[in-house]
Parts: sequence; C-alpha cells; structure tokens
Amino acid sequence: MHDRESAAWIAALSSEGHEQEDATRRLHELLLRAARFEVGRRRSSIDGAADGEQLAADAAHDALMKVLAKLDTFRGESRFTTWVYKFALLETATKVRRRTWRDREVALDPDAWSRMPDLDAGPQREAEASELMAAVRCGIREALTPHQRLVLVSVALEGVPIDVLAERLDSTRGAVYKTLHDARRKLRIHLAEQGLDPEGIGREAAA
Amino acid sequence: MTRDDELLGRVLGPAGPEIGCEDCFDKLDRYVEIEVAGGDPDTAVPGMREHLEGCPACLEEHDSLVALLRAR
Repeated sequence: MHDRESAAWIAALSSEGHEQEDATRRLHELLLRAARFEVGRRRSSIDGAADGEQLAADAAHDALMKVLAKLDTFRGESRFTTWVYKFALLETATKVRRRTWRDREVALDPDAWSRMPDLDAGPQREAEASELMAAVRCGIREALTPHQRLVLVSVALEGVPIDVLAERLDSTRGAVYKTLHDARRKLRIHLAEQGLDPEGIGREAAA
Repeated sequence: MTRDDELLGRVLGPAGPEIGCEDCFDKLDRYVEIEVAGGDPDTAVPGMREHLEGCPACLEEHDSLVALLRAR
C-alpha cells in the first residue's frame, strides 16, 4: 500500500515521454541532495570541495540507475523518498570509504592477529579480562579458518570497512559479513565451552 | 564501557540473532522511519539493532538516513 505521494512517484516514473523524463530529473535532484548531504557529513574524509562534488554526482548517478532498476521492488513500507535516499547514502558512503582507503594497504594476512598488542593477555588487565582475552586469542588460533581469521582481524581489529575488504577480496559485502558473523559465532561457542561469558565482564564491573 | 569491553564487542559482535547486510539494506528505510517517528523499530524489524551493533558500515548508513530525515 503506497501513500499518495509515493504512488505519484511510481506512476510518473513508470509512465512514458515527458512525464517520465520530468520524474526522472526530479528523482536525480533528490538523490543528488542526499549524496551532497552525505558528503557534507564525511567532509573530513574527502580531499577537497571539487572532489566532494564529483563524488556526490557519481554517487547520485549510480543511485539513480539502481533505483530505476529496482523500482518494481518498492513495497511502500516507507515513503518513496526515504526508500530512494538509502540508495544515495549507500552509494556515497561506499565511494567515500573506498576513496579513504584507496592508498592504504590492507594486509590480507590471516596471521596478523598474533602481532596485535590489543589482544595480549598482559598484566595491565584484570585477571578475569586477561583470562577472557587469552581464550579469545586461543579461539582465533584454533577455532577459525584462515579466511575467517583474515576477515575478523581486518574488520574488527584493523578497522577496514567491510565494503573495502569485499572489494580487495573480490567478494561482496554480504558474503564478507557472513564470514565475520560465522567467525564471531565460533569464537562465542569456543568461549562458552570454557565456561566464559563475555557479557559478564562489563556487567560485573558496572555492578 | 571499558577499552576491553569495546574491543571484545568488535571481536565477538552482538550476542543475539541478527539479520545480514542485504536484509539490513532492504529494511533500513522502514526501520528508520519508525525510529524517527518515535515508534518501536526493533519490534518491527527484529535483528536489525543487533546487526547495526555488529556492522560499522551499515551503522554509518543508518545514522546518515536518520540524520537526513531529521534534517528534512
């Protein structure tokens, strides 16, 4: 069930001739505004105003193509404008993240975790947290596949954006997140088998 | 939240069941409209909140859509 404004958008974009051209132009303006909004939020990640405007234009164009290709999948569960905004924001955010990381190396090394001091069970930690961290390290080493280790370390420890990692691995964002999800689940099972509850640490400290 | 809690959160992800990135994108517009209207988006879209806790990229896009709707 579409609200009146959303139904008018769908009807105009599905029509022919001048009405369709006009609706497509208005849709592009809407997407460009959303893309510029997103660029503005991420201004610190972009080199200059000209770069930002070009990035917004490219993102709005790509979003327009995707919206038009998926028009028949709009179910009216939100306003049409909200539905199209998310395409513009996704395209813009992805381009900004890739721009930010384009000159940065991603190690793609399944064993990089072993060199990370963050995971050390060092003396600065409380005994319980130290035991938990040691178990996490053990889980990463023994319970995960090399690919799961690589994805977990890149995303969770090195902060590589998931779409950047997907691009470097010639994969998709959904597939990479699935790998991350499976790795996390295996780690949680590994901890549970040793009677450890990661949620318990913070609760006890706060109590 | 301590640094260890934050680190464990990133490594272990959300404790509860969550949806995936594709499902998240599919339902994001509905979820955010309910959220911005002051409703209960987590009942309407189970597993979304957990996914946003576990996926920084989807969280960024969620936050942007919330900000955009609030700015309009």
